Amino acid sequence: MSGITVLIVDDSSVMRKIVERALRQAGLDLTKVVEAGSGREGLEALGAGRVDLIVSDINMPNMDGLEFLRQIQSQGLAPGAPVVMITTESGEEHVREALAAGAQGYIRKPFTPDQVRERVLPLLAPA
Amino acid sequence: MNEETAVSGSATPVDAACFEEYLDRATDEVFSTMMGVACAPDRKPAARDGETISAVIGLAGALSGSLILHTSGPAAMRIAERMIGLAPAEVDGMVRDAIGEVCNMIAGAWKGFNASLASGCLLSTPTVVAGTSYELFSERAPIRLERSYRFEEMTFVITIACELYA
Repeated sequence: MSGITVLIVDDSSVMRKIVERALRQAGLDLTKVVEAGSGREGLEALGAGRVDLIVSDINMPNMDGLEFLRQIQSQGLAPGAPVVMITTESGEEHVREALAAGAQGYIRKPFTPDQVRERVLPLLAPA
Repeated sequence: MNEETAVSGSATPVDAACFEEYLDRATDEVFSTMMGVACAPDRKPAARDGETISAVIGLAGALSGSLILHTSGPAAMRIAERMIGLAPAEVDGMVRDAIGEVCNMIAGAWKGFNASLASGCLLSTPTVVAGTSYELFSERAPIRLERSYRFEEMTFVITIACELYA
């Protein structure tokens, strides 16, 4: 898919850069990368402009990823943009909770670009 | 791991005797996946002189305690360089962030080897301390594990101190 805008939400600036790199290595043509350090900043970023893909951590201060997801749903933000969680949490309940909150994909850290490609590209394919 | 391989079965008994094996596997997984380098247990303890850096992840729920990664300034800068692709000139915010994330990933991968811990053990966000003269004290814990690891001639130590409630 060409020319997409991605919102990357993680309290670690290092991880945000790693996620961006993995997305590019997975084959995504990123026109614009918007970064947010918390769920709250992520909501502000979504209010400022359109995004095509959202990638978010779960464990963050100042609004965690699950609440961020719930707020996206309740406020009707970023309609049509798939949300993928990238997180250290691997328990079945965590996955179930993220999917129930509105995530379309889930990747556990540590991750490879191939795993990002497998999880993310199908979500961006034309219907 | 993707959705299909999420850890399932929250009733899996927790055997503390497996913690060392889990830690070895988790550490190697993080280093090989995120940095492309092998990492193996080492008998030589990490350096305690000069500038050092420690990252602490709190454990709560099925376990109560902490997982701490401790290493030298040069090793931390090398880890950051391997993760990010840029060589830092000093132990700066980027290096502290990188060490915190490595500790976070090791803790997550470590608890992920047991379904009960994967679901029932929560992780804090990382706290990172750096300097030339400090000590970290934690409550005396019934379970204490300290392992040294080596990558590219650099060493670091992981300490787990916790109490099991699962």
